[in-house]
Amino acid sequence: MPETKEAAAPEKLTIKDFQSDQDVRWCPGCGDYSVLAQVQRVFPEFTHKKENYVAVSGIGCSSRFPYYMDIYGLHGIHGRATAIASGIKTANPELDVWVATGDGDGLSIGGNHMIHTARRNVNIKILLFNNQIYGLTKGQYSPTSVLGQITRSTPFGVIDYPFVPVSLALGAGATLVARTMDRDPKHLQEMVRRAEQHHGTAFVEIYQNCNVFNDGAFLRFTEKETRDDNVVYLHHGEPLVFGKKKEKGIRLDGFTPTIVNIDGGKYSIDDLLVHDEGDLTLAFILANMIHNPELPRPMGVFVSLNRPTYEDQLAEQIQRARASKGEGDLQALLDGEETWVIR
Amino acid sequence: MEKEFRTLEEVTIRFAGDSGDGMQLTGTQFTNTVAALGADLSTLPDYPAEIRAPAGTTYGVSGFQIHFGSTDIHTPGDTCDVLVAMNPAALATNLRLLRDGGTIIVNEDAFTDKNIKLAHLDANPLEAPGMSRYHLHRIGISQLTANALADMNLSSRLVDKTKNFFALGLMYWLYNRPIDQSIRFIEEKFGSKDKDLAEANLRVLKAGYHFGETTEIFTTRYDVKPAKLPPGKYRNIMGNVAAALGLAAAAKKAGLDLFLGSYPITPASDILHELSRLKNYGVKTYQAEDEIAAICAAIGASYAGALGATSTSGPGLALKGEAIGLAVMLELPLVIVDVQRGGPSTGLPTKTEQADLLQAVHGRNSEAPLCVVAAATPADCFAAVYESARIAIKYMTPVICLTDGYLGNGAEPWKIPDADELPEIPVTFATDRATFHPYSRDEKTLSRPWALPGTPGLEHRIGGLEKQHITGNISYDPDNHDFMIKIRAEKIERIADDIPLQEVDGDEEGELAVVGWGSSYGAIRTAVENCRAKGHPVSHIHIKYLFPFPKNLGELLYGFKKVLVPEINNGQLIRLLREKYLVPAVGFNRIKGLPLGSEEIEETIESMLGGENA
Repeated sequence: MPETKEAAAPEKLTIKDFQSDQDVRWCPGCGDYSVLAQVQRVFPEFTHKKENYVAVSGIGCSSRFPYYMDIYGLHGIHGRATAIASGIKTANPELDVWVATGDGDGLSIGGNHMIHTARRNVNIKILLFNNQIYGLTKGQYSPTSVLGQITRSTPFGVIDYPFVPVSLALGAGATLVARTMDRDPKHLQEMVRRAEQHHGTAFVEIYQNCNVFNDGAFLRFTEKETRDDNVVYLHHGEPLVFGKKKEKGIRLDGFTPTIVNIDGGKYSIDDLLVHDEGDLTLAFILANMIHNPELPRPMGVFVSLNRPTYEDQLAEQIQRARASKGEGDLQALLDGEETWVIR
Repeated sequence: MEKEFRTLEEVTIRFAGDSGDGMQLTGTQFTNTVAALGADLSTLPDYPAEIRAPAGTTYGVSGFQIHFGSTDIHTPGDTCDVLVAMNPAALATNLRLLRDGGTIIVNEDAFTDKNIKLAHLDANPLEAPGMSRYHLHRIGISQLTANALADMNLSSRLVDKTKNFFALGLMYWLYNRPIDQSIRFIEEKFGSKDKDLAEANLRVLKAGYHFGETTEIFTTRYDVKPAKLPPGKYRNIMGNVAAALGLAAAAKKAGLDLFLGSYPITPASDILHELSRLKNYGVKTYQAEDEIAAICAAIGASYAGALGATSTSGPGLALKGEAIGLAVMLELPLVIVDVQRGGPSTGLPTKTEQADLLQAVHGRNSEAPLCVVAAATPADCFAAVYESARIAIKYMTPVICLTDGYLGNGAEPWKIPDADELPEIPVTFATDRATFHPYSRDEKTLSRPWALPGTPGLEHRIGGLEKQHITGNISYDPDNHDFMIKIRAEKIERIADDIPLQEVDGDEEGELAVVGWGSSYGAIRTAVENCRAKGHPVSHIHIKYLFPFPKNLGELLYGFKKVLVPEINNGQLIRLLREKYLVPAVGFNRIKGLPLGSEEIEETIESMLGGENA
């Protein structure tokens, strides 16, 4: 579906236009700073008028995000940001609605709203800050904490099996599903752009370090020394290549992704799995790579699909009803079908 | 043979049968025809929560009662004059509601050994000695229906499904009502989809009507003249439909789009159904994944400039509590319609109760005052919801409008208002960036400005954290919190300056005031009128604005020696009255899932007055 955007803003917006006058109160060193900075850096590239951006959040560290963006913002209640945002977008589709949420807010208390928003394909952009821990309530395990993780509420280790946010979003029917990291600003910016360009529910999982309660949870993927061997970047139409010297790749053995060397042995780049953002089956296979610790972690857009949005379809129904029945007349509505007169 | 006509001032008829027998449809059809002839009326659908309970069982019995007359009708009737029972279970469960000397019309064919056993009866109740207290008419409705359709080659199951139209046709004949309206209904409802079914229903309806004409069972027909209602254009309306129209009309008058976020729940779902049809009015309905999402989406919609509303029943209101608190904090307009039902927990989903009053007034964490309005009759649901929307917009606050299962599903004639004469609902959106502050307040109403996303220069943040006065920034300042708690309460209190003074039916002072709210209006009014006719010094005060109360309510109450508060709960309004006015009120509390009966209230009034007046 083509993008329908209002005319470009008359004045060029800059990063300053998106920085609010509020002091940022996240812990020093928190990954949230990077997410905020990348969003503020990328927003001026977009074509909306400043007043048409709305940030919505629930409760948690990530949910303070709206206070720090100088746009319209609504800091709601725990887990309900996607529901509030759906109401905003449905009431006024002109608005560009962004949700900032976390693994607790978005996948635990707000899990129901998350999946149903994705299913409806409301055209809102969801940034899910995943730090695998509850930060604001001071260190309890979250629905993405890993098995065995020692937290304040699991002194003997986590025994709940964790959600894979990307798999959940795919299963729920989100039409754009992506994963990125706080420590990879360029990639994070690119994923924010992709979310903005998408017409439908965009779900972006961001690996975000909580340096106070779960420091280093994603080091393997975020640090220069280990990143190349542990992360594979997804690019539409390109083979899945990774490794320091781009010497490795992912090949499909049946439905199972396996690592192969492409530096002169049995396999070449031509044998590798080629990414296709339009292939939902492939997206599930890529999402499931997380279950094999040997495999690199895919980053990028897993899937980008075209499906009519909720608010577009609703507008269409209203338009059709008006075309066939005419604009509703209040007196006719009050009168109903059968009336009688008493003189 | 020529039948004699007798004119009745009023009559109450109860249709009862299996929940699959179409008793609600039969009752509604009869009601619409009665309404169109200008009688005053009140109805009470009484159906089980099970959609199709096993046929013939007592828990599968569905009833529909209509009370109509040429006089003022305020209630669906404590008892009925005529009981139409389609099987033994329907007779067994409904006989207690029939007055002595009343008329019973039964489908004799359904009184088989099997059905008698299913109704947990030892013997055929038609043969019971107690039956002599009633006029019993045994009619083989199943066989007569089958005869009427003999040449149509229909399955016996389909034939059986049409027998309710036989009963309907017979009742039309007996009460001298024309069958045209139902003929039109059948043609419209079934004609295009299933020609055979339409034809069968029409034949059976006519067969029932003509049976009355030819049989010698009935020697008398009855007539009920039109009521002397105030002049005007009328329609018959159910409370849930009236509530839906109230929301749509308020949005239209305010120049806003209506957004209803709702999750299906008995007995409120009809509000969602009704509004979902109104797309050409720009009404957006959003069937959410749960009660919480429903209200949160409505809050989002209000934030974006629509009239946000949500419809629910008690358990749903409980789930919405936190979000209502958010709306209190955000100070955005929001209408919450609670169609109360029997509780606690799942309780009695299809039965009525008035037990959410304290939940509406107090049921949130911390200090979260809001306005509470209640409808008194099915048609009054329109005015109550409209008024709720007016207050919500003017005072930038959530308003809870209480109706209940009886009001929602009950029906009565409604004098249709002139759309142009509905109260205006002015809306002002903030636009001036030089003077805008998110939490500055109007001097008179104390409401904050409504600033919509999309307005250049007014970008600001609001949320559930405590706000600094005027700026709306997050504030943990102790004095500011104290100030904000009190100013939010003061804003709601000031609504009392904007609502009508409390009216009294009867003298403004005297021995006894009967104080009610909500759906007990009709029963209390009937009881008080009867008592006054007997010379008792009693008045009726029916409160529509439950929070804040009308400003003169205290003075009025002090004018009476005694105060009686009948409620379908264990004493909720009475607590609010005692707490605010310190009046020694006496409660009358019946919580049976049914509307209060006027006779029991009448007896209570007389016993309260008896001591001194004897």
